[in-house]
Amino acid sequence: MAKNSSSPVKSRAAGRRSPLASVALIVIGLMSTGGAYALFTSSATADSSVVKTQVVEEGAKLYAANCATCHGLNLEGSGTGPSLLGVGAAATQFQVGTGRMPLAASGPQAPQKPAQFTDAQVNALAAFVASKAPGPAAPTAAQLTASNDPAKGAELFRINCAMCHNVAGAGGALTEGKYAPSLSGVSAKYVWDAMVSGPQNMPVFNDNNISPEDKANIITYLKYLDKTPSVGGYDLGNLGPVSEGLFIWIFGLGTVVGITIWLTAKSN
Amino acid sequence: MGASVLTTATRSPAAPVEESRGSRFTGWAANYVDERTSISGLVKELGRKIFPDHWSFMLGEVALYSFVVILLSGTFLTFFFQASMTSVIYDGSYAPLKGIEMSNAMQSTLDISFDIRGGLLMRQIHHWAALLFIASIGLHMLRIYFTGAFRKPREINWVVGFILFILAMAEGFTGYSLPDDLLSGNGLRIIDGLIKGIPIVGTWISYLLFGSQFPGTDIVPRLFTLHILLLPAILVAALGIHLVLLVINKHTQFAGPGKTNNNVVGVPIMPTFAAKAGGFFFIIFGVIALIASLFTINPIWTYGPYDPSPVSAGTQPDWYIGFADGALRLVPPHLEWLWGPYTFSLNIFLPVVVLGLFIVVVMFYPFLEAWVTGDKREHHIADRPRNAPTRTAIGAAGVTFYAVLWGAASSDLIATHFLISIEGVITTLQILLIVGPIIAYFVTKRICIGLMKKDREIALHGYESGRIVRLPGGEYIEVHEQLDPYERWRLISFEDYQPLMVRPNAKGEITVAQRVRAGLSNWFFEDRIAPVSRTELAAAHGDAHGALEGDAGAHGAIGH
Amino acid sequence: MAQHDDGVTDGSPVDDHTAAGSSLEKAMPHDSGIAVLTDDLMENPGFPPHRPRQTDLDPKKDKRAEKQVTFLFYLSIVGSIFAVAAYVAFPIVPGDMESVRTNNLLLGLGIALGMLGIGLGAVHWAKQLMSDIELVEERHGTRGTDATRAKAVEIFALGNKESGFTRRGLIRNSLIGALVLTPIPAVVLFRDLAPAADPIPLLQHTVWKKGTRLTRDPSGTPIKASDVTIGSAFHVIPEGLNELDDKLEEKAKAAVLLMRLKPEDLHVTAGRETWNYDGIVAYSKICTHVGCPVALYEQQTHHLLCPCHQSQFDITHEAAVIFGPANRPLPQLPITIDSEGYLVARSDFHEPVGPSFWERQF
Repeated sequence: MAKNSSSPVKSRAAGRRSPLASVALIVIGLMSTGGAYALFTSSATADSSVVKTQVVEEGAKLYAANCATCHGLNLEGSGTGPSLLGVGAAATQFQVGTGRMPLAASGPQAPQKPAQFTDAQVNALAAFVASKAPGPAAPTAAQLTASNDPAKGAELFRINCAMCHNVAGAGGALTEGKYAPSLSGVSAKYVWDAMVSGPQNMPVFNDNNISPEDKANIITYLKYLDKTPSVGGYDLGNLGPVSEGLFIWIFGLGTVVGITIWLTAKSN
Repeated sequence: MGASVLTTATRSPAAPVEESRGSRFTGWAANYVDERTSISGLVKELGRKIFPDHWSFMLGEVALYSFVVILLSGTFLTFFFQASMTSVIYDGSYAPLKGIEMSNAMQSTLDISFDIRGGLLMRQIHHWAALLFIASIGLHMLRIYFTGAFRKPREINWVVGFILFILAMAEGFTGYSLPDDLLSGNGLRIIDGLIKGIPIVGTWISYLLFGSQFPGTDIVPRLFTLHILLLPAILVAALGIHLVLLVINKHTQFAGPGKTNNNVVGVPIMPTFAAKAGGFFFIIFGVIALIASLFTINPIWTYGPYDPSPVSAGTQPDWYIGFADGALRLVPPHLEWLWGPYTFSLNIFLPVVVLGLFIVVVMFYPFLEAWVTGDKREHHIADRPRNAPTRTAIGAAGVTFYAVLWGAASSDLIATHFLISIEGVITTLQILLIVGPIIAYFVTKRICIGLMKKDREIALHGYESGRIVRLPGGEYIEVHEQLDPYERWRLISFEDYQPLMVRPNAKGEITVAQRVRAGLSNWFFEDRIAPVSRTELAAAHGDAHGALEGDAGAHGAIGH
Repeated sequence: MAQHDDGVTDGSPVDDHTAAGSSLEKAMPHDSGIAVLTDDLMENPGFPPHRPRQTDLDPKKDKRAEKQVTFLFYLSIVGSIFAVAAYVAFPIVPGDMESVRTNNLLLGLGIALGMLGIGLGAVHWAKQLMSDIELVEERHGTRGTDATRAKAVEIFALGNKESGFTRRGLIRNSLIGALVLTPIPAVVLFRDLAPAADPIPLLQHTVWKKGTRLTRDPSGTPIKASDVTIGSAFHVIPEGLNELDDKLEEKAKAAVLLMRLKPEDLHVTAGRETWNYDGIVAYSKICTHVGCPVALYEQQTHHLLCPCHQSQFDITHEAAVIFGPANRPLPQLPITIDSEGYLVARSDFHEPVGPSFWERQF
């Protein structure tokens, strides 16, 4: 899909990039200023509680500089942005880590775009948001790999996710210009974050709905799709019969008509 | 050729004078067969039959050859496919479905795909060939329509061809439903809902078709029987009639120098056309095999087995059912009423009726046009679409109508791909469904008439050469390059009709039918542009007449 | 002028052209309707002169074309052998999707080459080396000659006379009556395509009944009200469904979507006050249009979207249709909790679920 769906690096759709050009510039600016934070956090590994406080403080600074305008100085929200009290680290990691936040322009929904913060900065922001009020936590590496049954994952994916994201994770349409993004190439942690936090119009799938092991299974299935080649050849975007129909009319029949013209043309 | 081949060697330029072993064997074999089948008569009759050459005349062959490919690959598939909805636990080689409960049909389709060498290739060849089959039938029908090749004596063959088109769609839909995967299962569910919406009998038809409540355990085996037995049998029979009528009627040809309504000009079946058509079969097979080896089609393993609870975003039927799915999507809301205790679902029945009418109109169009023109002569010269502006415009309107419905079947994908809202897409298409055909009609008609005028201009005065010449009087003119008579003939050779004058019949009455016919003929032919006549051409450039006559020689004028 | 070029081929089924020029007209002395007939027509200029091909003129080109055709045929042989070799050399390793892909690709390419080589070669042969001189065949009217038609009529008349089909009206009419009736048993035979039971009661009820627990799809584990947090959507099946023999048939009617909204967001009509539990609502997942699962829940707008035909339902207004072809709201399943805090149905749906049918209001 030409949607901002795949991983940030693979993001395509050049035509829609123009508003993002300014974002890119901001990113560069932030990177240079934020570099100091990154350096600082990576070097600090000693005392965990001290580190945690430091991380939260960094997060607070980043928050005040980048998010408070819309979400309020104390996460209470404002006319332009919802309250972030209780959204938890997962939501923060997802929204900021996938570049959906900060928002570049208002629209039906926040599109994915290149992330503006480093992973360390994202973690700092997440820690800050989580420190203000409890909410769904970001997954640990162990949680993401706790179970690896692709069949179980695929079955749950079909029942809980496929109606919006398509059985092959290619994405799909929602109402009024909103859409469920493609899941191909999306990092495991963001998939997890999205399930527990229910970003934008996505419903929440808490641990009582889909257990942590089953979340890991779903991620296992998505990763299986990512790394397994399309068995029958090029997958034509996994869009089902529509792309197949277009292909046969344009390329299949196009080729055949070309051949008929050659076949019946007078030779020189 | 004919009988001579039986006793003497086949004549080919390279053949040696004395009989070789090969030619002796050929002669013996031909004799052997003929003495038991009298096939020489058939060879004599058909061997040098003439077939006109034009690319668009090959489209029906594309359909025929893809059908042969479908038969071959389909037979392979039946050796492995199990048309049973008995529940099994999958234990094949596709990891993300291991241990999942599914029907035997689904499991055997997965086994064909993943455990039988070449099985996936055959599945993909079968499915791609099916898509090509129906697409080429569609294009073939458009060609027939827009060139007026459905006129007498070919009206019946048009109807037969149309039945073939319906049968092909039925074959496609039954085949699509066989693997019992999530996509086709939801397709069947839509069919179930559609049938239930039919007034009075719907509930019972659905119940009998599915053998119980939806989905039941009977639908796949029943569709399988239809798919491999009844529908192909009818299809092959209709195909036989179609081809026999083609031979009897002979092929149409486009107007051209030397080509008249009374002759067929082209290459003989033996050897040129046979080589081309035979080669073309292998090309079609090769192209389908190429597509099937490079492009995935219907990856049922990602859809998973049918389960009434899940559904995938972008659930669509194969392209040829798309127009029906689109019609269901475009129906405005709240078209359902209670008639006493009965529920009348116009939101479902309306598309059924509209599509039914559309199909009937297309099927009977040749008879309508024949009635309007009242022309009982045989027509063997295919029209250039521009020379029948109203017909072409009606066709364009029909194509637009179909295309809007077809586009509506992918409204969700249009929305996500062009970043617009799905409501906007649907509302736009609802408006386009009504307005689009009307616009297409008028635009097409204007274009056709414009092209006819241009043709007429060129036929009379030649091309603008771009050369400006100053006359002795000081006047500048652009030199027009005259057409040679052959090119001119292509432009001016077409049928001309004028609107019917309403006249009282023998009883002195003007019947309603007469009035309707007059009205329709007026609609068809009021903007007519007559072909260039001899007088007009002579007037356009005084001396050209004689030159034109020159080559015409023994040829009769075109059949009027 | 049977042939428009001097390369006349013997045996071509061409009659005397001049004589046959109007044969079709003679065969069909038909009304031309509203066609404009005029004598002022241009005359057909006849065939343009034949233009020889390069292969006709240049023996070298001819030889080259011959080599090309032969090469294409050899290429086909290579393709077919390649396909067999690929079949053997690239077997399917069970579970290895890459091997399936390779097998499919190489086998397919081999077959494609085998086919295309023959096809392109044959066409090239026909185009370059076989005679390209166009031949002419006369058309004759499609209708049989008058003599033939007269004979056919005579045969029918004779048949009629000998059988007395028209004369013996009693026989004929009784035969027609008998023939009309013969398909009736076939119609009756189709009755047993489905079981004896009347389908309408089946369509009006689901397995939900008072006290049936709401359980997760597909595991069948019960759901506590506290599990369903705000913004959640649970895909639900009735307890015990997985053990049923007609599991899929019942699931096709009983599938439910469970959502929790803020109680103040719900607009509850009179009589349905007790159908939700603290903002938790359960609606049939089966679209009232043609039955697709309506499962796309937007937790902020509280809209449900059907992915098949884009009907939209507003959960805050009891699943009222707000867009698309559906007519009726999704049926609501009245729910409450049992003594252990698990969500249970208060009753079955109060109306048939899924698409409309004629006898729906019975």
